[in-house]
Order: sequence, then C-alpha cells, then structure tokens
Amino acid sequence: MTRRRVKKITRAALFAAVVVFILIGLFQGEIKSVFQKGASICLECVGIG
Amino acid sequence: MADRRKIVQWLALLANNANIRGFFEGRIYRGGLKSFCVPGLNCYSCPGAVASCPLGSLQAMIGSYRYRFSFYVAGLMMGFGLLFGRLVCGFLCPFGLIQELLHKVPFYKVRNTKTRFWRMAGYGKYFMLAVFVIALPMFARNWAGMGEPAFCKYICPAGTLTAGLPLIAANQPMRESIGLLFALKASIAAVVVVGCLSVFRFFCRTLCPLGAFYGFFNKIALYRLNFDEHNCVHCGSCARVCKMDVDPSRTPDSPECIRCGDCAALCPVSALSAGFIQAEAQKTARGPAR
Repeated sequence: MTRRRVKKITRAALFAAVVVFILIGLFQGEIKSVFQKGASICLECVGIG
Repeated sequence: MADRRKIVQWLALLANNANIRGFFEGRIYRGGLKSFCVPGLNCYSCPGAVASCPLGSLQAMIGSYRYRFSFYVAGLMMGFGLLFGRLVCGFLCPFGLIQELLHKVPFYKVRNTKTRFWRMAGYGKYFMLAVFVIALPMFARNWAGMGEPAFCKYICPAGTLTAGLPLIAANQPMRESIGLLFALKASIAAVVVVGCLSVFRFFCRTLCPLGAFYGFFNKIALYRLNFDEHNCVHCGSCARVCKMDVDPSRTPDSPECIRCGDCAALCPVSALSAGFIQAEAQKTARGPAR
C-alpha cells in the first residue's frame, strides 16, 4: 500500500471520527455547556479565579 | 502571498472579536455564537470575542464533573486540523497576528533560532498540551470533582492580554479582585511579550498547545505544502526565508510549519506550492507548474 493511500485512508477515518465525535457531543448536550462557559466571564482566564 | 495572508489575519481577528462595544462597557458577548469554537486561540472572556476558545472549552469540559472529555470540542478541533493543519496558526489565529505585530517593534532580535536550545524549547508546547490542557484538568480534581482549566488559569498569555487587561481596565469590581494569580499570569504574559519582540512567534514555537495539536495534522490535512524535488535546484532560499526555521525541501509536513507560504512565494523554480489537496491534484493533472 502506497504512503499516499495510507494518508487517504487515515484522513477518511479521521473525518468519520470528527462527525461521530460532534454527533456524540451534541447528543450529550455538550454544546449547552460550551455556551454556558463561554457566555460567563472565565475568572481563571482573566487571572482572578 | 504575504499581503493576502495579512488581510486574512486581520479579517480573522476582526471576525473573532466583532463585539467592539464590549471593550468600552467592560462586558463580554453572551450570544448564541458562544456555543461554537473558533479555530484559533482567542480567549472567550475577551470583551470582543463572539465565539468560544477551543482550548478553554476543552479544559472546561474535561474538568467538569459531568463530562470528563469533550467529544464536541475535540471533534471541532480535529475537524479544523484535518482541513487546515497549522494554516490555522498562519492565517486564522488572532494571537498569531498579535505576535507578528509585536515582532515588528524595533527591539533586540535573536539572530539564530536554529540551535539545540530552541529545538528543545519547541517541545514545551507538547508539554503544555499533555499536562496543562489534558492531564491537570482531568486528574487534579477538587472536593466537588471538578478540575481546573490549568492552562487558562496559570499560563495563557492570550487570556491575560486580551481578556484580563481590557476587563480590568474597564471594570471596577474586577480591578479590586486582582491578586497573586494575576501577578503570576501578568509576569508570564510579560515574558511572552518580550519573547515575541525578540523571536518570531515565540509563543507559537514554545508554549502554544493549540499549535502543538494542529501540528499533528500537518501531514494529512487537506491544505498542504507540496514539494516537487524534480523541479528543485537546491538553492536553499526556502529554508533561509522560513521564519519558523523549517526546511520545506526536507520536511514540507513539519509540525512547525504554519503554512504562511513565504517559501512557495520565493521559490524561483516553483518547486513548492501550497493549496488544498483537490486544487493541487487538478493542477498536477493539467501539467507541471512551469
């Protein structure tokens, strides 16, 4: 198997993993948690908390 | 290419920080876009930020008592990596642009960064990714079962400079809350600023966990730097022009390459070309570049 083909297969597998990961995340309600974290001031980031 | 890159960098900076009013009010944007992560390093507590920082979100989710790992954020980051690799660093990262602007300031410049010291320092970003972004939030948990976003809390200079300073300047209660932690973070930010004045993209080279993550994808990303060894005349101009100390003729897929395209633009015989994989395949099918 050529190196190019290995790369192609790896890329396709990782793209499939991306889709699966995002779907699992959406299904688990992670998007809401990301929003809640992003919509309030992160005191750790600022250097206070 | 360099001008085009600068335009894209400025557009990305503005798009990431479109909430200009927040800087004057000392408040952050709280709209629905915060559900999504941008590809580059842009603190979500920056008053201008309209979306979330992938590193901050990842640590917050890993450290939460509910999840322990974030499929959503990891999936988004992998997606950006697969599409762009470290093109994100070269074109889309707001903190990358800030570092490049700092490097333009007249100041002492380190002449030789191709030494063993700088090569070793480059491993610092992998340490940050493994320890501060993943291990500490995952394993160092408090009594409530929650881990700290250790990179954001103890290291991230982007948070200090683009979120901490503007918020503290415009927000009286926050100004009164600063203490030792802020002093630590401000000191790190000061070291990074001085580093960036002296060394091109000092933070990207040595500390950025996001760059380390995207670097893993340079080999397989859809955006590629292609090297045609049959065209190459071995003049070495590509290695000399590279500000990240990569030799594109030897390692076009180096994890240090931020895909700025300076080497491809300079190559006198078009042995180097950068672009998305489909476009490159079509170009090859049409015939050689010259």
